Amino acid sequence: MIQTDYKNDVLTVYLNGEIDHNRAANIRTTIDSRINSLRPRRLELDFSKVSFMDSSGIGLIMGRYRAVGLVGGELKITNIPENLSRIIELSGVTSLGVL
Amino acid sequence: MNVINEMHLKFPSKSINESFARSTVSAFVMELDPTISELADIKTAVSEAVTNCIVHGYRREIGTVYIDAKITEDKLVIIKIRDKGVGIEDVELAMQPLFTSAKDEERAGLGFAVMQSFMDSVKVRSVPEKGTSVTLMKKIVPLR
Repeated sequence: MIQTDYKNDVLTVYLNGEIDHNRAANIRTTIDSRINSLRPRRLELDFSKVSFMDSSGIGLIMGRYRAVGLVGGELKITNIPENLSRIIELSGVTSLGVL
Repeated sequence: MNVINEMHLKFPSKSINESFARSTVSAFVMELDPTISELADIKTAVSEAVTNCIVHGYRREIGTVYIDAKITEDKLVIIKIRDKGVGIEDVELAMQPLFTSAKDEERAGLGFAVMQSFMDSVKVRSVPEKGTSVTLMKKIVPLR
């Protein structure tokens, strides 16, 4: 279960717990249905409550970058905990300008 | 190489077991008193390898994933994760960052890159139609 918030054209998604291949599919469906109904100007993925993430989380970020781009919005990822910084750096998503 | 402990695990290739596998291996290596960062590295690498078995090895079916883990006297962790699935035609290509054969499922193609970055060594053996085994090694550095 993830919480989302929509205010001033910004859709914020508060991710939590462990993000792996098993959980990514459900998270993806939840976010994409919000993106398609709200067509936000900006999607913010808040990672502050994420305790673990493997490369499935990177796939999730890259996929949402595309999904929000399709409705003319931009992606920002926020509050990345120290323990996730290595995988985020390794993935190269920083070059998308989402931080 | 003096093995001081070992464990063997086998479970069906259901994605719910990704979390079970990484948590179990993580509990097993606790004996070596790893740092939080070393433990996170091992958990992440195991999660990648197990996900590969589930998403790629047994793409069309539920099969069995095997984990054999050992720790040695000199604090080396050796984790072998294998499946008897479809195997990999070209291991070198599969290990290239961003290569994926499952684009529709939003796989980032970073599994092997993460394993290589987070572990000291990653060895892959694969035979098409027979299966794949990935051996991960990491030395736990004693706290000074």
